[in-house]
Amino acid sequence: MRSFVPVLTVVTGIFAVWYLAAIWLNAPWAYDKATRSGEVLTLQTLIADTWSQDKPKLPAPHQVGIEIWETTVEKNITSKRSLIYHSWITLSATLLGFALGTGLGIALAIGIVYNRTMDMSVMPWVIASQTIPILALAPMIIVVLNAVGISGLLPKAMISMYLSFFPVVVGMVKGLRSPDAMQLDQMRTWNASPAQTFWRLRLPSSMPYLFTSLKVAMAASLVGAIVGELPTGAVAGLGARLLAGSYFGQTIQIWSALLMAAALAAALVSLVGLIQRITLKRMGMA
Amino acid sequence: MNASVISANRLDLTFQTNDGPVHALKDVSLDVAKGDFVSFIGPSGCGKTTFLRCMADLEHPTGGQITINGVRPEEARKARAYGYVFQAAGLYPWRTIGGNIRLPLEIMGYSKEDQAARVARVLELVELSGFEKKYPWQLSGGMQQRASIARALAFDADILLMDEPFGALDEIVRDHLNEQLLELWKRTEKTIAFVTHSIPEAVYLSTKIVVMSPRPGRITDVIDSPLPPDRPLDIRDTPEFLEVAHRVREGLRAGHLDD
Ligand SMILES: Nc1ncnc2c1ncn2[C@@H]1O[C@H](COP(=O)(O)OP(=O)(O)O)[C@@H](O)[C@H]1O
Ligand SMILES: [Mg+2]
Repeated sequence: MRSFVPVLTVVTGIFAVWYLAAIWLNAPWAYDKATRSGEVLTLQTLIADTWSQDKPKLPAPHQVGIEIWETTVEKNITSKRSLIYHSWITLSATLLGFALGTGLGIALAIGIVYNRTMDMSVMPWVIASQTIPILALAPMIIVVLNAVGISGLLPKAMISMYLSFFPVVVGMVKGLRSPDAMQLDQMRTWNASPAQTFWRLRLPSSMPYLFTSLKVAMAASLVGAIVGELPTGAVAGLGARLLAGSYFGQTIQIWSALLMAAALAAALVSLVGLIQRITLKRMGMA
Repeated sequence: MNASVISANRLDLTFQTNDGPVHALKDVSLDVAKGDFVSFIGPSGCGKTTFLRCMADLEHPTGGQITINGVRPEEARKARAYGYVFQAAGLYPWRTIGGNIRLPLEIMGYSKEDQAARVARVLELVELSGFEKKYPWQLSGGMQQRASIARALAFDADILLMDEPFGALDEIVRDHLNEQLLELWKRTEKTIAFVTHSIPEAVYLSTKIVVMSPRPGRITDVIDSPLPPDRPLDIRDTPEFLEVAHRVREGLRAGHLDD
């Protein structure tokens, strides 16, 4: 509750700046229109116009708010115009990609920790994979997978996986190596097998690292799913809404899709954070 | 012919470090009989931990021989011949006290009923009955260390290797734990190798005191204690006790004068 006032202050500040920026950016169009129709704009009519244009450069917050309201609450969720429907399409690819990325990341981390050859060779490739701009790579992944007959959810999930496995590998390698020499020696005195050491010591010890990585991976996964919807001319998903919006200059639609994506990211990351708190508390590690 | 539980013969260990070789153990020979309580005492860096780790097959000597129960340390470790108590309790925060004690039993494949019976027995032995379901953070440092001793006692190892187990505890708790440890040693008839740098602790607990000195780490004196097995805490004020303590102190000083 103590954070309420500062948060409110910041939000108010953002809205103020947003409204002012809307006036500034949309004014030229308002002046153009006025000149063409021979009207004279007072400050009041100027502001009113800049906050209510059909295709503003920057829509005002309430315009975006109304758009979101109309496309979520007032639309049937199976409708192609429902933002919930599009969010669900993107969310399903995000979650699948996140699951695949987490699996791949953990598998690679185990390989790196347990296999000397992998330890020496894999990490540079993992890092190199992330230096390729995803915008360049995404169309190729989509096209190649389409060529072999895979389309729909999976290609998008692959791009999500591609972005989300990275933080998991990095975090889990550190996490699986976090038991100290004494704990490992202790296992040795009991003549524990590598599998026993893994399940009983290394894996539980890595949990704080895993959850930190999962938060980053979740956000990256959502970005991946949206980026995966851009190059295919997908008809559904938040990415498709962004793309369609930009084709037709529907800035209000773009902004509502953007805000929806941000809200989705916040919700997903908080969910991981909640699971993290509960798990680590139960494990006595928080 | 070998009745010794721990037998070291001209043991040598040199660590290769970036600052050159460190001679941690030089020409260390020692025989420990079954049921002995041996303490290793000496200034820090004299190789006490290294010696104990050699017994546990956690360190590999660069010269000489060492046997545990008549076999190489590696075989002894694989036969789970010893329990090792580290300076830090090292309990897993995500396991209860009972769960922590059960850990080596699970690893060694004891049956569920056997595990439960053993956990209950060793908890009683270290006077922690009733704490089985508690988590480590709910226990004081001294209780955690007792739990870690219980963990080392839970399986059938007749040797207990302890590296300054009470080093981080205050003196009152320490006195109490020393009394308990002595009681436990008498009841279980284990052979105990115990590292300390406290003279009273060494004299109070041991049947045999090994005095070591550093650079290179070596044994300077081995004292067989004349004290009786029954030792109330106030035995520490008796002339016999002070006599042994004096000899240990002399041994430590002699090791220092060589520098
Ligand atoms: N793993 C290691 N690598 C290099 N040097 C070590 C290692 N372990 C111990 N030493 C050195 O060996 C000597 C003896 O150490 P240690 O057995 O820990 O002494 P103590 O337990 O009596 O304090 C010290 O000089 C220490 O720095
Ligand atoms: Mg030491």
